[in-house]
Amino acid sequence: MPQTITQKILAAHAGKKEVQPGELIQAKVDMVLGNDVTTPPAIKEFNKIGATKVFNKNKIALVPDHFTPNKDIKSAEQVKMMREFAKKYGIVNFFEIGCMGIEHALLPELELVKCGDLIIGADSHTCTYGALGAFSTGVGSTDMAAAMATGEVWLKVPEQIKFVYSGKIPKWVEGKDLILYTIGLIGVDGALYKTMEFTGDALKQLSMDARFTMANMAIEAGAKNGIFVPDAKTTKSRGAKVYKSDPDAIYNNVYTIDVSKIEPQIAFPHLPSNTKPVSKAKNVKIDQVVIGSCTNGRIEDMRIAAKVLKGHKADKNVRLIIIPATQKVYRQAMKEGLFDIFLNANAAVSTPTCGPCLGGHMGVLAEGEKAVATTNRNFIGRMGHPKSEVYLSNVAVAAASAVLGRIGHPEEL
Amino acid sequence: MKGKVHKFGDNVDTDQIIPARYLNTSDPEELAKYCMEDADPDFVNRMNKGDIIIGGENFGCGSSREHAPISIKAAGISAVIAKSFARIFYRNSINIGLPILESCEAAEEIQEGSEVSIDLTSGEIKDLSSGKIYKAQPFPNFMQKIIDADGLISYVKRKFKK
Repeated sequence: MPQTITQKILAAHAGKKEVQPGELIQAKVDMVLGNDVTTPPAIKEFNKIGATKVFNKNKIALVPDHFTPNKDIKSAEQVKMMREFAKKYGIVNFFEIGCMGIEHALLPELELVKCGDLIIGADSHTCTYGALGAFSTGVGSTDMAAAMATGEVWLKVPEQIKFVYSGKIPKWVEGKDLILYTIGLIGVDGALYKTMEFTGDALKQLSMDARFTMANMAIEAGAKNGIFVPDAKTTKSRGAKVYKSDPDAIYNNVYTIDVSKIEPQIAFPHLPSNTKPVSKAKNVKIDQVVIGSCTNGRIEDMRIAAKVLKGHKADKNVRLIIIPATQKVYRQAMKEGLFDIFLNANAAVSTPTCGPCLGGHMGVLAEGEKAVATTNRNFIGRMGHPKSEVYLSNVAVAAASAVLGRIGHPEEL
Repeated sequence: MKGKVHKFGDNVDTDQIIPARYLNTSDPEELAKYCMEDADPDFVNRMNKGDIIIGGENFGCGSSREHAPISIKAAGISAVIAKSFARIFYRNSINIGLPILESCEAAEEIQEGSEVSIDLTSGEIKDLSSGKIYKAQPFPNFMQKIIDADGLISYVKRKFKK
């Protein structure tokens, strides 16, 4: 039977020649990930198993990034529990602040995940690594605990959906717009339990950073994984295995999207699928802009923000928060002089953290406030008060909106 | 099990089930206090132990936080019925032993406030107000084994000792 890249990776990790959608498999994992919200419950479950060691000290990554630097005593205790667990079991990849970054930006940067791998993480945006041509999916804390002990996970082989992107990507349109447009097209459960395979000539124009943004949001369409077939631009770390979909592989659905007709997209409250082109999103006054997160906190995002903000200041009614996703992105942005541009625009630049994306800290919204954010979710109460609102956008639109004081297009500056 | 039904709509996300502002702990008792808060701030006050949640499509979408099914279970909800579940929420519920049942018809027809009884072994949902019986989608065999073992950890523990 012809196989897709997802099927081939799953088969290889289950010790099988091929797998079919619907089949339940027990697969070996190359990396198990957890953060400061999901790891503490996983540790409690791990302790119940009675394991005396973890399956592999090098194949577990623990990244305290959600409420760090610790926002309160309870968060500090959560991270302390992680730190002690990492020490007790000799887990190599535990990242303290100062070395850390937002998990889904950090792991690819350190090449801890690579193409051909099977990765599970107790964080829904673990699907990000699909950009590398890996199978990568989010699970819960109990799954994480079981995998830390056994090095295995049970998976149902997902049905496959293919997205074919063609055409020239217009100016100011980013990977973010392609994925928001796609989610708008199929809905927040449009790929429920399924694979989103991203293909087509248009994607050759996208950098790795932009591809991470797209794969990152596969979960917002309910997908099990999002995946790119590796090409010349794909980072191929040592030991990486390149799989490609067979030309006659079977897909449940194929969507063809002409990107040349896409405008920057805005996802209105309260679902990522509630998208409109930015030209139809006029007169939305805003109180805050957040540029960062596991979706859009990479160096290319910082450069786009700087390009738009250069010579401008944030509107006096807008709080502009910029969060480079890792220490390396932070240093690079500083070296390139981007921080001068940000600070001249009256932006607050923060150390890496997930912080405001999930209403944790570093930019929580009050009742009635509206924010434009380059993050991934605009659910009710996502960034703070249940009566606040989040509008999702690409980086250029977020930066332009900060200057305009309302949702707007960079060409308006 | 038997309880009163509390109905919610489509796409109830994990931020509504347990807002992130409460995720600085994983203590079930603590999480139970804020169950469903951003969908219905009064929920924990008007629900009783044993009650049943009915959702629409894609129940539990969003974050992987296991705190979501934990808070529902710890609040005393005996089962969740929905037209469909988001996949991580589905996994998590099975792994921690929160009974979940998929039935479009039941989710559509059963009214807010109805008394409902559920037989988990047969997957039968009975609306005691109308007398109508609904059949939930059966679990795949493998998942039934995890459920029978009382969750993933007990299942793994058994395998681990071999």
